[in-house]
Amino acid sequence: MITVHDYCLFLLVMAGVTYLLRAVPFVLLKGKIKSRFWRSFLAYVPYTVLAAMTVPAIFYSTDSKLSGVCALAAAVIASLLGRGLVGVAVIACITVLGIDGLTLLL
Amino acid sequence: MTFSDGVKGGLPIGLGYFAVSFSFGIAGSKLLSWPLVTFISMTNLTSAGQFAGLQIMADAAGTFIEMAIATFFINLRYSLMAISLSQKVAPNFGTFKRLLLATGITDEIYALAVSQTEPVTARYFAGLMVLPYIGWSSGTLCGAVCGEILPAVVTNALGVALYGMFVAIVVPQMKAHRPTLIAVLIAVVCSFAFKFVPALSGVTVGFAIIICALVASLIGAALFPVKDEEESA
Repeated sequence: MITVHDYCLFLLVMAGVTYLLRAVPFVLLKGKIKSRFWRSFLAYVPYTVLAAMTVPAIFYSTDSKLSGVCALAAAVIASLLGRGLVGVAVIACITVLGIDGLTLLL
Repeated sequence: MTFSDGVKGGLPIGLGYFAVSFSFGIAGSKLLSWPLVTFISMTNLTSAGQFAGLQIMADAAGTFIEMAIATFFINLRYSLMAISLSQKVAPNFGTFKRLLLATGITDEIYALAVSQTEPVTARYFAGLMVLPYIGWSSGTLCGAVCGEILPAVVTNALGVALYGMFVAIVVPQMKAHRPTLIAVLIAVVCSFAFKFVPALSGVTVGFAIIICALVASLIGAALFPVKDEEESA
């Protein structure tokens, strides 16, 4: 558990940086970034960030590694089959609940 | 493009946000009390950024610098969207209104706003923000309260929803765009290295995510520069 004091400072940093990232270019910039390299870099960032945040953290977020691995596999398959955000999320949850629930009962 | 047009447009986003932020609330309830978790969502309105922020808060070695750098890189895409949106807005969408409504620039709200054929007015954009903001905040509140009540086996299962959503964002793009597939695989290999290579295990979670994303995105940009029409995806 962190202290309320530290929480406030973390929150200030997080919310402040996020707001400035949105507001400063929205207010100031009218033109397009010219460098193709940096445009490309920015286009890849969201996906590489999400990938690095998900793997391997998902394996350690549940009661067992087995359920974490299965949740990731189920989510990838559901997504490849064309399910949307909520559908994939629900399938991942059910997978974990099923495996960890069964393990608990057995 | 009235305020109520915007509110109607934002309904599906608001419902989706409720579901996703519910799992953020659950994740947050393991570290913070429910009012504190909810306040993060009310002041940030960003999924991946908040989630990484929570991981840094949970890490005893996490620092404010790390929080600033992680938030910066994870949310840098909002700057791109803000630039893009600034080309689309109506002439009377002035500086003060932009400062007030900039928080509404999220992946989904932005995508909906720029897909309109007419210029985006401040009223319409404000309307668009309403239900997603309420959905995101109230979903977090419900998740955080439930997280304190429900047994661990249920909250762990619900907590996976956020990862599921990340997968649902990344996988379709990997399928459609081969360079993204390669960049994502580089990020994943890099992320495993920070977890399992002893020499790298001292690096904190936030910096590990930043380094993985930077390395993978720089390699991606160097090897496979994207064409203009690919960026909107």
